[in-house]
Amino acid sequence: MTAVRLQGAVKRYGRLAAVDGVDLALAHGERLALLGHNGAGKTTMMKIILGLVPLSAGTVTVLGGRPGRWEAKAATGFLPENVAFHEAMTGWETLRFYARLKRRPAAECGRLLERVGLGAAARRRVGTYSKGMRQRLGLAQALLGEPRLMLLDEPTSGLDPELRLAFYEIVRELKERGAAVLLSSHLLTELEERTDRIAILDRGRLVAEGTLDDLGRQAGLPLRFRVRVAPGRSGELAERLGWPPQRLREETGTSVLDCPPADKMPLLRRLAALDDLVTDIDMQPPRLNDVYAHFTGANGQ
Amino acid sequence: MNAVLTIAAKEFRDGLRNRWVVAATLLLAGLALALAFLGSAPTGAVGASPLAVTVVSLASLSIFLIPLIALMLAFDALVGEIERGTMMLLLSYPVAHWQVLVGKFLGHGALLALAILLGYGLAGAVIRGAGGHTGDWFAYAAMVGTSILLGAVFLALGYLASAVVHERATAAGLAVGLWLLFVLLFDLVLLGALVATGGEGLSAGMVGGLLLLNPTDAYRLFNLAGLAEVRQFSGLAGIADQIALSPGAAIGALLAWIAVPLALAGILFSRRSI
Repeated sequence: MTAVRLQGAVKRYGRLAAVDGVDLALAHGERLALLGHNGAGKTTMMKIILGLVPLSAGTVTVLGGRPGRWEAKAATGFLPENVAFHEAMTGWETLRFYARLKRRPAAECGRLLERVGLGAAARRRVGTYSKGMRQRLGLAQALLGEPRLMLLDEPTSGLDPELRLAFYEIVRELKERGAAVLLSSHLLTELEERTDRIAILDRGRLVAEGTLDDLGRQAGLPLRFRVRVAPGRSGELAERLGWPPQRLREETGTSVLDCPPADKMPLLRRLAALDDLVTDIDMQPPRLNDVYAHFTGANGQ
Repeated sequence: MNAVLTIAAKEFRDGLRNRWVVAATLLLAGLALALAFLGSAPTGAVGASPLAVTVVSLASLSIFLIPLIALMLAFDALVGEIERGTMMLLLSYPVAHWQVLVGKFLGHGALLALAILLGYGLAGAVIRGAGGHTGDWFAYAAMVGTSILLGAVFLALGYLASAVVHERATAAGLAVGLWLLFVLLFDLVLLGALVATGGEGLSAGMVGGLLLLNPTDAYRLFNLAGLAEVRQFSGLAGIADQIALSPGAAIGALLAWIAVPLALAGILFSRRSI
């Protein structure tokens, strides 16, 4: 079932198209990463889904209806980039205020504060909180009401590694509960293992969309083979493989070969046949970093 | 609790916590007490009720001070939260734009009412305790009540300023401009027009109508001219007799001055992209 569907979505501010003809669907139980440079349209996409800005053209459906209506907002959690709170209120009062707006009981606030590790700081004013604590409070408010749709804008910026792991653990629980999660981030490496699908925005346009494997194939990015050769015989490898020596380089005792996806199996067979020479093979698919650079760089940034 | 009351309660608590009410109350009570004691000194000879004199002087004070206090509360309400980023989060909740605005209005209005009731109430109690004056306590109560209305008018005008502009600093400037316009310039221009035309150019009815175009004048008419005992001492007896405005018209004008700017602010705020 689809939680969010955008069709031909366009949002213009004056002459600038912040979002320019985007088709995108997000299913329940799916984690979709939204990638793009600053100003690529990620935050505008979230505002569209929240119903905060109307579309200039196209359609958007959120949880089966118009975005921004009461039922949709009540079932949506949102963590904005650089979340801000009223400094004079305590963490507890802040969360209680938002819980009232979503018509949630006080007991839920205590539970959520414990869950994000703010139980001990609940009675302190938000003004005294560190960046990480504010982000935790931001996550707690987004989790109010067991949302069926979660929008997270740069959720892990400014968090320490331990907190990031805890954060992605919560995202995984949300997914398992059947919530649809849309999250944007600059931190590509940490997204790789923790999202189901990736959408790349470049100046308002959706330039790529799919799983990391899909995108790697679409981009025709090479697989990287690291081959360990019997001591002192690395010079023989290129010749016996019939591999152009200029496409082979040495890195700390291993030979590195970049191979187009289509040549993967032939190369593997040939490497396996050299059992007197090759002692170990390690194969790396393209990383999200490479995929991202390919799709955003290809457009002449 | 519904969204409007939730937001109102939060604004109210914010105001209590940052000592805003304490400061405004002390200011109003201090000035009111000073006026009550100093103002009653020279009137003994003509037999004026000190209470009536206090109403006149307090109403004149209110015209300067209460719009200023209300605008200070209100100018930041929308644009400030948009700038700080708290508005986007708030509007991602199941809350309509108008509910945010009305909630803030009720919360700020309650703060202002509390400060006025405490400040002027304290002064009233001291006057009563000190002198045991009998007098027109109804006029005093009406003055306190309309002072709250006057505050509400300038809250609504402050939200309008806050909804129009895109920067907090501009909203502050606009608020100061509104204060100057309604508290000082409007009357100066009207007076200038009367003097320039030798009083011939404008009929009494027109002057009355023009005075209702300024909420501070509506307040002044009600408090200084609308109530019989006070009228004699306020110097407005002449004009009030001529332009024949009922206290009801003045109250109506104040209410309209709340409703129209608030509605405009609501429309502008709803159309705003956050």
